[in-house]
Amino acid sequence: MITVKNLYKSFDESVVLNNISTRFENGKTNLIIGQSGSGKTIFMKCILGLYGINSGEIFFGDKSFQKMNIKERSILRQEIGMVFQGSALFDSMTVEENIMFPMRMLTKKSFKEMQDRANEVIARVDLINSNKKLPSEISGGMQKRVAIGRAIVMNPKYLFCDEPNSGLDPKTSNIIDNLIQEITKEYKITTIINTHDMNSVMEIGENVLFMENGNKGWEGSNKEVFSTENQTVSNFIYSSNLFKKVRKVYQEEKKN
Amino acid sequence: MRVLHNIGTYFIMISKVFGRFTRWSVMKGLIIKEIDSLIIGSIGIVSFISFFVGGVVAIQTALNLSNPLLPKNLIGFATRQSVILEFAPTFISVIMAGKVGSFITSSLGTMRVTEQIDALKVMGINTYNYLIFPKIVALLLYPFIITISMFLGIFGGYIASIYGGFCSSADFIEGIQIDFIPFHVSYAFFKTAFFAFILATIPSYHGYFLKGGALEVGKASTTSFVWTSVLIIVTNYIITQLLLTS
Repeated sequence: MITVKNLYKSFDESVVLNNISTRFENGKTNLIIGQSGSGKTIFMKCILGLYGINSGEIFFGDKSFQKMNIKERSILRQEIGMVFQGSALFDSMTVEENIMFPMRMLTKKSFKEMQDRANEVIARVDLINSNKKLPSEISGGMQKRVAIGRAIVMNPKYLFCDEPNSGLDPKTSNIIDNLIQEITKEYKITTIINTHDMNSVMEIGENVLFMENGNKGWEGSNKEVFSTENQTVSNFIYSSNLFKKVRKVYQEEKKN
Repeated sequence: MRVLHNIGTYFIMISKVFGRFTRWSVMKGLIIKEIDSLIIGSIGIVSFISFFVGGVVAIQTALNLSNPLLPKNLIGFATRQSVILEFAPTFISVIMAGKVGSFITSSLGTMRVTEQIDALKVMGINTYNYLIFPKIVALLLYPFIITISMFLGIFGGYIASIYGGFCSSADFIEGIQIDFIPFHVSYAFFKTAFFAFILATIPSYHGYFLKGGALEVGKASTTSFVWTSVLIIVTNYIITQLLLTS
């Protein structure tokens, strides 16, 4: 579980995150949604410690990240997996080497042990027969799966995904969403996903945090998001014609 | 203020490069890879340029020796002095700022743009040590390249002089032996060591702290080349002033 208390972040005079408090539950897929520039990515990077914060506190379990020493932070980092928007795979390494990389850097396992674990993960993310391929030789969807594989290879307690569906077709997006949700349940990890994709909200948004101009605008589940009275959230969720029709059908069903 | 900020960031980067080391089993592979791309990969172009520029220096010297009283061995002497004192260490370093420097900036810049550096940070890796330290170690072999350049520069001068009919083989060989001061070679290697450090760290700084996208990678490579060249020239002046004037 990750708890954020009164998080405040600014760049010079510009406030980008204003007094945000929330809790991301263990074993749940927690989604952060909001317009571009609302502060989603900075919020995620602050939780990850890639950006320092001005005030507030972030708890991983019951331990405050701000009060951890370098060694404790280093141990915590081994419990974190991250899937970046562009996958961030190492170009010169094969699929297998990319997945083995965190183990090579952070554990003392033998090469055989690392390879066995990598093959296990490769099978889990459905990439069998791609071990020796370079990232440039596989599709965008496969690259995302490699990134997920690399993120879970160390059995993390916390999984962060920054727009995992960007640039993918709807079918592949669903596959990636389902894979992330399955992994979250299977390993009982705290997953935080930054997304623009409303299909993801509908499919896997067990806890949805809506951000608006650096503030926490709304929080609830994917079921509540359809019936919320919050106008800003509704305008964001139902901005496309397809979703406007979905809302109409939903409201008519509710009336009947 | 911005210049001061950049200088401060550069020195903080240098201090972090030598902090929290990556495990040796990983680091040795990275060092070998960097030696291959930065040193071995540069031998061809350095050899080619050195040989022909050495030849041109010899021809230019010969063409300017119009006075019949001046001995022909001056061609060998002038070639040796030019190549050892300036051409091999300084001119080749400026060329390397273009070749190796741009490579370092663009590769680190691309890693920054594609969030590979952030991925390393999230894993808890000291990215400064992991990415920049192997480049510094690889460039410890830079004097090896300069040695090749010195040899081929003088050899190019020899070939051009003999086959151009400017002097005899004996004259040229006598020329490269007269008034030889071994300290000049030490001076050349001393400044080469400084240039190697500049070549490894300035382009790394420009790549590592890059902000933006693909266009900025190109801009950063150019900026990196300019600043690396400027620092090499300024350092050359300071070291020459300190070591050769008394």
